[in-house]
Amino acid sequence: MKAGVIVFPGSNCDRDVAVVLEAVSGQAPAMVWHGDNKLPDLDLIVLPGGFSYGDYLRCGAMSAKSPIMHEVVKRANEGVAVLGICNGFQVLTESGLLPGALMRNRDLDFICRDVFLRVEDCASRFTLNYEDEQTIRIPIAHHDGNYFADAETLSRIEGEGQVMFRYCDADGQATPEANPNGSLNNIAGIVNENGNVLGMMPHPERMTEAALGGCDGRPLFESLLETLS
Amino acid sequence: MQVRVTVRLKPGVLDPQGKAVETALHTLGMTGIDQVRQGKVFEFKVDATSADQAKQQAEKAAQALLANQVIEDFQAEVLSS
Repeated sequence: MKAGVIVFPGSNCDRDVAVVLEAVSGQAPAMVWHGDNKLPDLDLIVLPGGFSYGDYLRCGAMSAKSPIMHEVVKRANEGVAVLGICNGFQVLTESGLLPGALMRNRDLDFICRDVFLRVEDCASRFTLNYEDEQTIRIPIAHHDGNYFADAETLSRIEGEGQVMFRYCDADGQATPEANPNGSLNNIAGIVNENGNVLGMMPHPERMTEAALGGCDGRPLFESLLETLS
Repeated sequence: MQVRVTVRLKPGVLDPQGKAVETALHTLGMTGIDQVRQGKVFEFKVDATSADQAKQQAEKAAQALLANQVIEDFQAEVLSS
C-alpha cells in the first residue's frame, strides 16, 4: 500500500498517522507538503489532524484551497482512497469532497477525551476488519466537530448508507447523551457517494497500540492495507 | 473601489456562539436583547471600473472562499469608489 500524508502548516497529527501507516504496512508513507502541486502514485491519501492555517476563516477553509488540494480532489474523483481525520475531515467538507460542514461544538468547549463509536458499515474498504455495529473506543480532540447538513442532504446520506461512524454509549446506543458535540444524528464520520473518501472527527491513529491506551483504531488501517495492497 | 462582504449563518442553522453572547448580554443586565446571531464582515479594495463590476468581484470572492454556502449566506455591497 503506497500511502501519502499531506502536511499543511499547522498539521500536528501528520507524524502520528505516518507511524501507524508504517507499522501496519511496513512502508513509510510519502510526506507531501501542501504547497506542492504534484502527488506521487498513491493508493491512499491521508489528510491529518491539526490546526492547519491556525483555523483562520473557518477550520479547513484555507487548506482546501492549497495547491496540492487540486491534485487530491482529482485523485479522489478518480477513485483513490482518501482518509481525512479531524482537521482532515474539515478540509474534505470545505473542498466539497464530502457533504455538510463541521461547526463549533454545541457547548463551545474544546473536547479532548475518548468516546464510543458505532461502526455502521463493516463492508467498506475502511472498516472491513471491524464487525457490524461494533462499538469501539477512540479519542476526539476538537473544537469544531459539530456535523451539520441541510435536511435534504442529511436524508440522502442516511438513505445511501454514507454514515460510517456514529457517537454512541458503551452499549452501542446512539443517544443524545452520547453525542459530545451536537452533531446531527450523532454523526462522527461519513463517506462520499463512491465510498472512497472517508472523513471522521475521532482520531483512530491515536488508538493503535496498547501503550496508547487501546487498539480500536488499528483495524481501520489494517482494513485499508488489506483492500489496497 | 472599497467593498464589504457580510457573511451570516443561514436561518435555521444553530449558532451556539451567538447564543453564548446573548446569555452574556443578559448577565450584564441587558435583558431586552434576543436572537443574537454572530457573523463576519470583510472589507477590501477591488480594481473595478464600475460599481457593478466591483460588486461582482466581491461576490466572486465570497463564493470562492469567504462564505461556506452549506451553512452561510453572504451580502456584498460597494462602499465607495
